[in-house]
Amino acid sequence: MSTYKVPTMAEMAASGDSPEILFWVGCAGSFDERYKAVTQAFVKILNKVGVSFAVLGPEEACTGDPARRAGNEFLFQMQAVANIQVMNGYNIKKVVTACPHCFNTIKNEYPALGGNYEVIHHSQFLQQLINEGKVALQGGGEFKGKKITFHDSCYLGRANDVYEAPREVIKALDVELVEMKRCKTKGLCCGAGGAQMFKEPENGKKDINIERTEEALATGASAIAVGCPFCLTMMTDGVKNKDREDDVQVYDLAEMIAKDMGI
Amino acid sequence: MSILPQIAFLLIFAAAGFFLYKRITYLRRNIFLGKKESRNDQPEARWKTMLLVALGQKKMFKRIIPAFLHLLIYVAFIVINLEVLEFIIDGITGSHRIFEPFLGSFYGVAMNIFEFLAIAVLVSCVAFLIRRNVMKVERFTKPEMKGWPTLDANLILVIEIILMFAILTMNATDQILATRGVEGYALLNGLFFSDMIQPLFFNMGDGALIIIERFAWWFHIIGILAFAIYVTYSKHLHIFLAFPNTWYSNLKPKGEINNMPEVTNEVNMMLGIPVEGSQEPPAEISRFGAKDVNDLSWVNVMNAYSCTECGRCTSECPANITGKKLSPRKIMMDVRDRAEEVGKSIDAGGPGFEDGKSLLGDYITKEEINACTSCNACVEACPVNIDPLSIILQMRRYVAMEESGTPAQWNAMFQNMETSFSPWKFAPTDRFNWADSVKNEEAK
Repeated sequence: MSTYKVPTMAEMAASGDSPEILFWVGCAGSFDERYKAVTQAFVKILNKVGVSFAVLGPEEACTGDPARRAGNEFLFQMQAVANIQVMNGYNIKKVVTACPHCFNTIKNEYPALGGNYEVIHHSQFLQQLINEGKVALQGGGEFKGKKITFHDSCYLGRANDVYEAPREVIKALDVELVEMKRCKTKGLCCGAGGAQMFKEPENGKKDINIERTEEALATGASAIAVGCPFCLTMMTDGVKNKDREDDVQVYDLAEMIAKDMGI
Repeated sequence: MSILPQIAFLLIFAAAGFFLYKRITYLRRNIFLGKKESRNDQPEARWKTMLLVALGQKKMFKRIIPAFLHLLIYVAFIVINLEVLEFIIDGITGSHRIFEPFLGSFYGVAMNIFEFLAIAVLVSCVAFLIRRNVMKVERFTKPEMKGWPTLDANLILVIEIILMFAILTMNATDQILATRGVEGYALLNGLFFSDMIQPLFFNMGDGALIIIERFAWWFHIIGILAFAIYVTYSKHLHIFLAFPNTWYSNLKPKGEINNMPEVTNEVNMMLGIPVEGSQEPPAEISRFGAKDVNDLSWVNVMNAYSCTECGRCTSECPANITGKKLSPRKIMMDVRDRAEEVGKSIDAGGPGFEDGKSLLGDYITKEEINACTSCNACVEACPVNIDPLSIILQMRRYVAMEESGTPAQWNAMFQNMETSFSPWKFAPTDRFNWADSVKNEEAK
């Protein structure tokens, strides 16, 4: 029986190989029960397409994003410098990640500390695979013809101007993409950015993820697509809060593609 | 003819110029209370940003109705200032409508254009007054708008309306006098808008009309000079500062938070990485992060003086929308208020920054900065590229690194990251466990 392969950089280096890309898994992708499924789906796609990749495995550490955004620059740089040492040690050139926070940090903030890589988000990578015809979508899968809305992640959209790649990926599934009132440059945050994921919100009259979920539900979509582990958590919680978990699903883009590919 | 009006004009003009100069010097000094920061890279991109965003008002057009009304006032402001040039020359030389003989029939056309714009300003200002005071558009009624900010906004609109009335009154009476053949008044080929109000003055004698015409002239020019000075005390400063403010925009990806090189050296030493010495002189470390205006960059302070308090940032802020205390507009207003307080104190020989107060604590609370999701909605929304997020993050740095005052849950997250290299408390050795099941699954 041939199984899926998840090579690590250490294994690759030991056999004198170097992969085309490093798949940066991130903490949520490694530890969060729900997001592990996204990591696994993405790895299956990489296997199926035959992309030469590796992960850092136990050598990966948090990029430091939440520490920097909570104001702890020392801790951020400790994480960042250590990660850069590891990545430079393996002579890594190209990084793909399914987390917009990791994506933003490695792409925009690591260069100042000596880490220079080509970094792309998995939505961009999936779009490339689709455009190159490497991902053979069946199109008749469970999403065909369904109404799907996409929630823009701040660190993908406004932070890095990636708006179209995730939408192209969704459209490739032969679905009806419906936009929320606040989308793209005007997209509303899920409430988790800026290290808010790791603390209770300040006092207010409503939680941000509820506000955003209401907007998503108002589109009449049967699924909310996201491209970020924090957004996935916040939107899933929002849908549960609204008692709609039976008829509205929250998916990451990679999961949707993997499902359509039948893997 | 008496030379007295010319002397009076020159005196008023010189006094206004002198006062304006003092105000500009004061504002410039206040802006440079902030720390040095070089933003002179990529001049082409900077000119382009300024042309598109400030001159072209690109970002205003996300909201089409106010954008259109604002555009009318903006175009009128620029074009009518050409007429002010004529006012000034007339005032100094004692001439009347000095451009008229040179421009011939085109002068009348130009005057009609000015009048059309004056009417456009009138209509727009009335619409804006209605939006603020009758419709009470939500972003104009937030807590930080109480008192002076609301009065300031209304005053500007009312002053503009009065100034436009002065132009129309002056033109109407001027043309009646010209029709009557009074010496010194040139007959233009019909002024569409002011001709309509001429009947108001028909039964007046020449003397009375001359007085009204002169009064309107003086009122308009003195009004404009006074307005120019008023602007330096007002949120309306954006009409000038929008230009440098957009030129000095942050051109990096919005998600990037600037590196602190003074921290990097220490981190490298702690990790046993050789520090590339003597490349850069050690940055002068006053404080990590920002507690007060002098910890911020001068660009942050210029941002504050450029803010016209429109509140588009606040109306897009997810924290504010859901009832949290954070309002990006208030952050900007607080920075300006504190810079003003310190600036005035310095000028009065007072304690300046050493007055026992600070931006963080006395103006902005931790509750406000802790509510930010760093989503950049405020930055995206600002029509003149103000960056409230930069200020919020610098304050968070101060709280975290100087006060160790971050919320307990963040401290727990810090601790997890230090010990487990993840914001959650998981064993680092378990990081790769997610792959176990995939590695045993049959590949399809």
